Amino acid sequence: MIALSDYLMVGAILFSLSVAGIFLNRKNLLILLMCVELMLLAVNMNFIAFSHFNGDLAGQIFVFFILTVAAAEAAIGLAILVVLFRNRRTIDVEELDTLKG
Amino acid sequence: MSYEKFIFYVFAALLVFSASMVIVRRNPVHSALFLVFAFFNSAVLWMLLEAEFLAITLVLVYVGAVMVLFLFVIMMLDIELAAIRAGFVRYMGVGALIALAMLVELAMVVGPARFGLDKFAKPSPMAANALPNTEAIGEQLYTVYVYPFEIAAVILLVGIVAAIGLTLRRRPEKKTQNISEQVRVKRADRVRLVKMDAEH
Repeated sequence: MIALSDYLMVGAILFSLSVAGIFLNRKNLLILLMCVELMLLAVNMNFIAFSHFNGDLAGQIFVFFILTVAAAEAAIGLAILVVLFRNRRTIDVEELDTLKG
Repeated sequence: MSYEKFIFYVFAALLVFSASMVIVRRNPVHSALFLVFAFFNSAVLWMLLEAEFLAITLVLVYVGAVMVLFLFVIMMLDIELAAIRAGFVRYMGVGALIALAMLVELAMVVGPARFGLDKFAKPSPMAANALPNTEAIGEQLYTVYVYPFEIAAVILLVGIVAAIGLTLRRRPEKKTQNISEQVRVKRADRVRLVKMDAEH
């Protein structure tokens, strides 16, 4: 039988991988956004696992709302990215330092 | 090894594989496609957890809409690939170290010692007359969570407005109709009556 800890470990591995991805892909804002999506997936995995093992539907409904907000976030994030590329011709995170004091 | 366990380990392994491919591939298109694959694999795991509605939603919403949006944006921007990977090796050490430390910490918290089968027993299978997952979620969503549900709809509307407002490009050299200006126009702006003697 699959224990709750197995699902939680899958979520933990996913989350660590996406943290590593944020460190590795400092040159590409697009892959950073994808890593954020991967993090949300790891969190959703935990929510659904707990919802299943506790027999409580609230976790699944929370995941539903996370999916909604994540879709809006991705749309706005990509729109900002497009405008950024139009103005600066780059999506390199290290070159986006005009706000530096 | 039971059939359920076999499915879990196969798809969990594929999920971890595709997630690591997302972060190491050179080409952003490959990363996006591996992310799609990761979503499919986790949808299978969610099916194992009896969350059928969310598994289908993940495939429809994420793979069908969000990832297609990602692919559109990747293909619209012409990014040179060589420059993108310049700092990859430099951050490899610190990235791997932090990820490993985080994984060890998380494993100590969520490992089998606290969340094993002896602490959280496998829930008994659903009764035959119980509500299916989709119906149960719908019932909760439209009664208990109806107010958050409406807020989610407003958030999506804000998302649409913000995304369009950000990316709408106004080119000064392009000729466009300004409808509010057309409606606001007065007779005096367009017609000038000149007083003069009648010609014979």
